[in-house]
Amino acid sequence: MTLALQRLTRHFADLAALDDVSLDIADGEFLALVGPSGSGKTTLLRILAGLDYPDAGTVTQNGQDFLAATARERNVGLVFQHYALFRHLTVRENVAFGLRVRPRRRRPSRSDIRARVDTLLKRVQLGELGDRYPSQLSGGQRQRVALARALAIEPDVLLLDEPFGALDAQVRTALRRWLRELHEELGLTTVFVTHDQEEALELADRLVVMNRGRIEQVGPPHEIYQDPATPFVCEFIGRTNRVPLERHDGLWVTGGWSTPAATAHGRFTHAVAYIRPEHLSLAVPEGQPAWDARLRHIYLAGSVAHLDIHVAAIDQTLEVDVASEDLGRLSLQPGAQLRIAPTAMVAFPLDGSHAAQPIAGERWALRS
Amino acid sequence: MRSRPDKRRAGIARRLGRALIIVLASLFLCLFLLVPLASVFVEAFRQGAHAFVESLDQAEAVAAIRLTLLVAVISVPLNVVFGIAAAWAMTRFEFRGKALLGAFIDLPLSVSPVVSGLLYVLMFGAQGWFGPWLTAHGIQIIFAVPGLVLATIFITLPYVARELIPLMQAQGSEEEEVARVLGASGLQTFFRVTLPNIRWALLYGVLLCNARAMGEFGAVSVVSGHIRGLTTTMPLEVEMRYNEYNYVGAFAIASLLALLALVTLAVKSFLEWRYHNDMDATAPRRR
Repeated sequence: MTLALQRLTRHFADLAALDDVSLDIADGEFLALVGPSGSGKTTLLRILAGLDYPDAGTVTQNGQDFLAATARERNVGLVFQHYALFRHLTVRENVAFGLRVRPRRRRPSRSDIRARVDTLLKRVQLGELGDRYPSQLSGGQRQRVALARALAIEPDVLLLDEPFGALDAQVRTALRRWLRELHEELGLTTVFVTHDQEEALELADRLVVMNRGRIEQVGPPHEIYQDPATPFVCEFIGRTNRVPLERHDGLWVTGGWSTPAATAHGRFTHAVAYIRPEHLSLAVPEGQPAWDARLRHIYLAGSVAHLDIHVAAIDQTLEVDVASEDLGRLSLQPGAQLRIAPTAMVAFPLDGSHAAQPIAGERWALRS
Repeated sequence: MRSRPDKRRAGIARRLGRALIIVLASLFLCLFLLVPLASVFVEAFRQGAHAFVESLDQAEAVAAIRLTLLVAVISVPLNVVFGIAAAWAMTRFEFRGKALLGAFIDLPLSVSPVVSGLLYVLMFGAQGWFGPWLTAHGIQIIFAVPGLVLATIFITLPYVARELIPLMQAQGSEEEEVARVLGASGLQTFFRVTLPNIRWALLYGVLLCNARAMGEFGAVSVVSGHIRGLTTTMPLEVEMRYNEYNYVGAFAIASLLALLALVTLAVKSFLEWRYHNDMDATAPRRR
């Protein structure tokens, strides 16, 4: 099944929750809608579920009008952050709900429903808990019941709204991997909403990064991370250092470090560069452009160490990541003087207006 | 660090303060609630059980009890329907004038019951807006049973809705949304998801609504016309007998009304005790 979303727009009062959003969802894909709160990702999910409707735009499923179908008829599975289990029903009754409410001629027999619920409960590793009530389950168990309930109707597409948001870190990681396996085993098409970019990078085949009702970038995780298309994606996905650049004599310069400027950028005088913490070289030989910097703090986080490095020339503290084992090799300790330079970055020239804005269309990238 | 005797003294003072507050509250309850309530029964039986039974066995007493039940049987179900609809509208939809609807639901609580009664006289009375039309068609509302029912519905309007609104607000609409996406129809969603979730609050609302419907005096008094055996409900019969210096008769009926209150309270407590597990399950989830 392929879903094609075209030019969707949805306004709430003055707020544009969706502003001209177009997107294709392929069969069997695991898609993440990621963005800060208010970016429109949940609105998009609710429109797919049939719980909300766009002011303008179309959604088609294999060429058929998807919006014409009501929520009842869409055959989608929906899982909320807070599970929304029917609290007066047992686990088993919860899972069976979607089958029991079918009109008589489409409803499976009592024994069929029972068998299907049993299979599903086994599938989500809750075989023994069928007779419990939701209030007697842990958060992770509840979320798996919610998943089983959604899967019981054999949905064409599974929609998850912040599915791991209410769980503690350990359960969350385990459930993520488990969900990914389930997705592959059952050949599902899954769309999930999250504000957690790490979760999106880890789980999804493709990310849709949203901001203020617009799609900033769509792509596989490595592309989104390595090649962010807009300043928003640079800042929202992963960690990054934001460094201002100035143009002098055909070079982009900032405090002792410089890089040649393309002639096409001759009309810009200022730019902003985004540098990932792992893209800063700490031992630049003399004679090459670099910043003189001082190591302030080392935060050891297991296999990786996060460093705070202050560059006096631009009066900015940069975040740098190195492998923990390199700490000794480079004899890094607080107070050490270093020569550092970016090995890769993404940069955007600033427009000439008073509150200068980066121009996403003029983006350039540096790799060495 | 405070010394040991100091600590002990502080402990005693705290316990003393606690005891004082408890005694004060109990005393207040006793003086203003329990003693008057007990006196109703004492007065009703002052001339023995025989006089008590006799004063209830009169035709007008039986008629008053019947009428009270009739009014409750009509107005309570109507208010259940209205209460659910109002709570649904207030918690599930966004619309213009929502705040106004909320204020209107509470209106009967802030308007004096006498005024509520007068409103209906003004509308349906002989000199009222619809009076001439009603007279021409031979329909009597004021000084008749329809007037009593209307006034009672008005007075008891908030009880069910006010029980449901906070609960439905806290529960949110996600369960209903999931039910719809799972393929349930509107009616299936209501009977299988919404109703089970609000049943206890609904029952509370019905109990309170019923108690008020049977006990209402002010608004009913205005529209009743006090026709013995025809338009006097139990509270009105109490007043009429009292004005006729028939104390045993008045308190006999009053004791029935007091009993109604006690039964309401007992049923409510029993339900709470019997089903508290189930109620916890339908209580709004912690977030």
